[in-house]
Amino acid sequence: VADAKRPEFSAEQLAEVRRLQGLYPDKRGALLPVLHLAQDTFGYVSLEVEEYVAGLFELSPAHVHEVVTFYTLYFQQPKGRHVVAVCHNLSCHLLGAKGIIEHLTQTLGVEVGETTPDGRVTLLSVECLCACEMAPMMQVDDRYEGHLTPEKVDGILEGLR
Amino acid sequence: MAERILTRNFDVKDAHALRVYREGGGYQGWEKAKGMEPADIAEEVKKSNLRGLGGAGFPTGVKWGFIPKGSTAPRYLVVNADEGEPGTFKDRYLMEGDPHALIEGMLIAARAIGSHLGFIYIRGEYVQPWRILSDAVKEAYDAGLLGKNIQGTGFDFEVVVHRGAGAYICGEETGLISSLEGKKGWPKVKPPFPAVKGAFGQPTIVNNVETLACLPHIINRGGEWFAGLGTKTQGGTRLYSVSGHVVRPGLVEAPVSVTLRQIIYDHCGGIPSGRALKAVVPGGSSAAILTPDEIDIPMDVDGPKSKGSMIGSAGIIVMDETVSIPDALMVVARFYAHESCGQCTPCRESTGWIYKISHRIVEGKGRKEDLDTILDVAKRGAGTTICAFYDGAVGPYISYIEKFRSEFEDLIRRSAHA
Repeated sequence: VADAKRPEFSAEQLAEVRRLQGLYPDKRGALLPVLHLAQDTFGYVSLEVEEYVAGLFELSPAHVHEVVTFYTLYFQQPKGRHVVAVCHNLSCHLLGAKGIIEHLTQTLGVEVGETTPDGRVTLLSVECLCACEMAPMMQVDDRYEGHLTPEKVDGILEGLR
Repeated sequence: MAERILTRNFDVKDAHALRVYREGGGYQGWEKAKGMEPADIAEEVKKSNLRGLGGAGFPTGVKWGFIPKGSTAPRYLVVNADEGEPGTFKDRYLMEGDPHALIEGMLIAARAIGSHLGFIYIRGEYVQPWRILSDAVKEAYDAGLLGKNIQGTGFDFEVVVHRGAGAYICGEETGLISSLEGKKGWPKVKPPFPAVKGAFGQPTIVNNVETLACLPHIINRGGEWFAGLGTKTQGGTRLYSVSGHVVRPGLVEAPVSVTLRQIIYDHCGGIPSGRALKAVVPGGSSAAILTPDEIDIPMDVDGPKSKGSMIGSAGIIVMDETVSIPDALMVVARFYAHESCGQCTPCRESTGWIYKISHRIVEGKGRKEDLDTILDVAKRGAGTTICAFYDGAVGPYISYIEKFRSEFEDLIRRSAHA
């Protein structure tokens, strides 16, 4: 398993970094995509990962840190094997997002922003994911789950190992 | 039932596949455009009265014309697929349901503005749309519709699909450009406008997904036809995202002359459980809220403006009589506090404080001066910042309080007596 404390891309990944950098008029344009690749590889974006990526772009670690902390999708701490992000914006709020979040905190035994002790699930509440037609909804890893009820949430959680 | 234009492929099986798209007449707009003079394409789009459908509503053909004449610098076409305005989900449907319509629209726009490199900036949370769109781009490359010397025309156009990483502000076109350049998504001072100095310092046109998806139809059937579908100042149909308290939430395609009442009651089945309508957001959360006596307006650029609101991204959020407006304001204020990029002081400070004040009102700790404080802070900051984000936040702050003031006052009074 790749180590976020001693990050190093494989030769194939380094080739992918070069390819991504070549797509932009200035290679720094590839910083966000490469940070996605780094997070997928190392699990999260540690300070060491920031420094490593900075080296690949000839940028200062401070610049990369500024970018990483600006966006919500880069995790600066290890996250659970699954991320459950419940929308708490207006349309979902109108249709019961609060109850869904409460159900999740009780069922998982964690507060919003925390990860279950077994490392299975990180629970987040987030701003609009633009799937208001299926409110209340949440993002589970790569996919959207909508029309949530406590029962439906339980079924989704059971599928997360 | 009006003709479906933008949604025509949504029920077609495998419409995301190039073969299926082509069987349905896809890429005929491009076939026509590739033989046209760039200036003639722009002229046709001007004639169509197509307005930007991302939020600002600026005439698309006019925007293209802002690239300096005679400039030989490389110029970029950037697709704003960073859909994020609360209440909006139309671009997700387009990218998942008809991705080649976007690619074809990009080709037409690229030829019109003379661009050989395009970027699709898609929000990071949209993983499935990103995969579908990336596959479609790959298919277009394999078929020779993208790349060098497209179909022997001598025209080159490369497309890069770029994933964002979670930040509402990157939907603002200069914030998007900063992000595309590998920086935090801070908006830039205008002028210079992106058409003069945009991504990587070069002339750049930023267009919304839906705007570009209109282009194949405009080129195929003519600008006049498209203009005739709409109102005097805006052509076409558009996609209305409808959510909240309606019987059938979802995407509605209608001519822009459709009224808000028709969308809520005819297209979406009205308010569930026989409840009464209390309020409606007509164009994403940044649009001022409307009351039930304000919904007989056409949903073009001008209709909501006539009521002091805006059509924005056409994200309609319907609230029935059970909704607490102070509670709704707190939710919206939390959003703007979270998403302010922090660059300009009035926005950074006001969004944070207004969230705190609205939160304490909902918690039963409101003070009688709170409402005037919010209104004062909101009005002072409007128009003082680099981008339109704070002006967008001010829309709900002011309208929620001014239109439902007694509800706020009752809540505060009850709190004081508790």
